[in-house]
Amino acid sequence: MTTPHSDIHEYLAQFEDIPGTRIYTAARARQGYHLNQFAMSLMKPENREKWKAGERAYLDQWPLSEDQKQAVLARDYNRLLDLGGNIYFMSKIFSTDGIPFAEACSTMTDMTFPEYRQMMLEGGRSPEGNRSIKANRAAAEGKG
Amino acid sequence: MALITAGVGSSHVPLLGVAVDQGKTGDDYFGPIFKGYEWTREWEKREKPDVVILVYNDHASAFDANIIPTFAIGTGERYKPADEGWGPRPVPDVIGHPDLAWHIAQSLILDDFDMTIINEMDVDHGLTVPLSMMFDQPAQWPCKVIPLAVNVVTYPVPSGNRCWLLGEAIARAVASYPEDLKVQIWGTGGMSHQLQGPRAGLLNREWDNRFMDLLVGDSQAARHIPHIEYLRETGSEGIEMVMWLIMRGALGHATRCLHRHYHIPCSNTAIGHIVLEPAQ
Repeated sequence: MTTPHSDIHEYLAQFEDIPGTRIYTAARARQGYHLNQFAMSLMKPENREKWKAGERAYLDQWPLSEDQKQAVLARDYNRLLDLGGNIYFMSKIFSTDGIPFAEACSTMTDMTFPEYRQMMLEGGRSPEGNRSIKANRAAAEGKG
Repeated sequence: MALITAGVGSSHVPLLGVAVDQGKTGDDYFGPIFKGYEWTREWEKREKPDVVILVYNDHASAFDANIIPTFAIGTGERYKPADEGWGPRPVPDVIGHPDLAWHIAQSLILDDFDMTIINEMDVDHGLTVPLSMMFDQPAQWPCKVIPLAVNVVTYPVPSGNRCWLLGEAIARAVASYPEDLKVQIWGTGGMSHQLQGPRAGLLNREWDNRFMDLLVGDSQAARHIPHIEYLRETGSEGIEMVMWLIMRGALGHATRCLHRHYHIPCSNTAIGHIVLEPAQ
């Protein structure tokens, strides 16, 4: 347990070392601003109706990149995180689809929903081997 | 004078609200979780706090991506449960304590904490689920509530040390309020969980329990845990545990543990809660 980092560059760089994780940094928040605001609009019942009536037409009203629009239409949540989406905002999309949070989470992993649910019942994903990309690489090289 | 008499740390998983609202708290899945809260519910009935300062985070309900307050305090008369996409929870409105809230807000600003002040907002599961866990399903919540919302979503979120210091300042503010009030402070969120990416589903029983150990007694160690440690060890959403440190900081030099409970899993999350009182 060390002193918290005060150098912003160092602080941000360490976030890129966590396997399978996108930390919602300012850069992502900026890239995903309209994407997240689009998702937030689905909190209103009248907007959900419009969205369900025509997803593409609804998306076209927002200043999103074509990549972002395609990722929304495909419900590709990992891609959406890469394009600046935040999971709490993205949850408005899968809630509108009627999909539980845990099921949406499973789509971002290499498991089916039943497999994911079973993993959670058995204690969840272990932090072992999931803490650091660099450490994993070093361990792999050590073995090789 | 007003006094902080106890602190509670607790998860605020939305699925727990669903379990309460749909009467599933005794089934095989939820039973062990709610059993852990039985002691606390009885204790709250005896304690009868006048006010709870409820530290939580908003999950894109009251605040969208536009305005991101690091620390926001609710000074309103009442707050409605938010519609989080499937209609508002069928729980009572949350009644505020504007006089105490404004007193705390003013005191904190003079104490170098530049608070955002919120007069009107809806409150989401982050705030209403802990109320359900502690008080079950009353027609009205048995105490007034001062919401204290923390940004734990957009980085950088506040450091653990800053949260602890805020807790200390809240305790000073409460102690300078002239009316006799019994005040509790609850830190909510956590424990280990990750809701995103290929690493989703990460849980860490060992780390979570060590964190709870650090809240008991006079240890200062938890305030210096860096963000990266929460992220690596407890998943991207485990960072919510910094909010427990506001509660711990408000309890002063040392604490005594009255009750604690831990269970895996609830949906994507490890459930924990701890009841503390100031020692000395």
